[in-house]
Amino acid sequence: MSNKIKRSKKVKGLTLQFMPYSEIASLDSVGRIKKLLKIVLDNKVVILQGKLKPEEETRLIEDTMIMVGNIKGFKGVELAVIDQDKGDLGMMGKVKFGLAKALTGQQNAMTIIGPATIVKEMKKDPKKLEVMMR
Amino acid sequence: MKIFKSFTKRIFNILFRKKKEISLGFYGPPNAGKTSLANRICKDWTGEEIGKVSKIAHETRHVQFKEEVEIKYKEKSLKFKLIDTPGIATKIDYEDFMKSKMKKKQSQKRAKEATQGIVEAIKWLDDMDAVIVVVDSTENPYSQVNITIVGNLVARKIPVLVVANKIDLKKSDVKKIEAAFPEYEVVGVSAKKGKNMNEFYESVFRLAKKA
Repeated sequence: MSNKIKRSKKVKGLTLQFMPYSEIASLDSVGRIKKLLKIVLDNKVVILQGKLKPEEETRLIEDTMIMVGNIKGFKGVELAVIDQDKGDLGMMGKVKFGLAKALTGQQNAMTIIGPATIVKEMKKDPKKLEVMMR
Repeated sequence: MKIFKSFTKRIFNILFRKKKEISLGFYGPPNAGKTSLANRICKDWTGEEIGKVSKIAHETRHVQFKEEVEIKYKEKSLKFKLIDTPGIATKIDYEDFMKSKMKKKQSQKRAKEATQGIVEAIKWLDDMDAVIVVVDSTENPYSQVNITIVGNLVARKIPVLVVANKIDLKKSDVKKIEAAFPEYEVVGVSAKKGKNMNEFYESVFRLAKKA
């Protein structure tokens, strides 16, 4: 009887956690970033409906770097924001866009944040987003 | 009466005094050539470089300054404090440094310093009067780091000049950089070879006017 070495194939899973903007709308900037990074630390990729304010994105990078220095095995994040191309909206179009943005938190945008240990790279160009996994 | 006069004078000076020296920051992703460009400027106008450069990313891991840099071009003169910052990234992996034949302990130390440098660079945004965002013209300009940096500066009402560096390389595509940042002035240079520096200095004068 031949001894067969059984190799079990492990299927690597990936969790994408969708988050509507309403889940973070009532939080302050610190609370928003804390919530998003908590999910990322859990080895999940967050898909946030909407986008953070520019100062919040910068704060996210800052907090991520603090965590890289202090949490073993955490290498940072890959981040991409897909925004509606305002293109040639004209004056009225831009006013409507601005009003919609103020009322709804720019929910026509999407923010993807993934741990760098799972997401190798997110390559963006105007027409597409490529997400490369490890 | 004397006290009233000196108080009025002080208020007048605060409101109408022209700033003597602006703080000009160099921001951008790692390895774009911020320090190379800063060195080019400092060497041209002060005779001394500001920092070391390397092909390995994150060579600049602390904010570096050069006070009283004065550039004179076409009968115009501009004095500023040059602030060179560490490249901003969203991830740091010490194993990447080991691929450049760095030892493990040295790589880990570099990674730790790089993360601290990024935190420092972000904190320094508050103190900038104007910023030059240096991007590598051979790389994809649509990286979220670039967009975040520029977006943040705009939100703080800090005037921005985008410099597309490394135009001496074959893969350079300044038009792609211009398309990525259509609302900003973009100037292509080679900090390493000193190409197009005149146009760059003209852009810096325009940038300083907005500060």
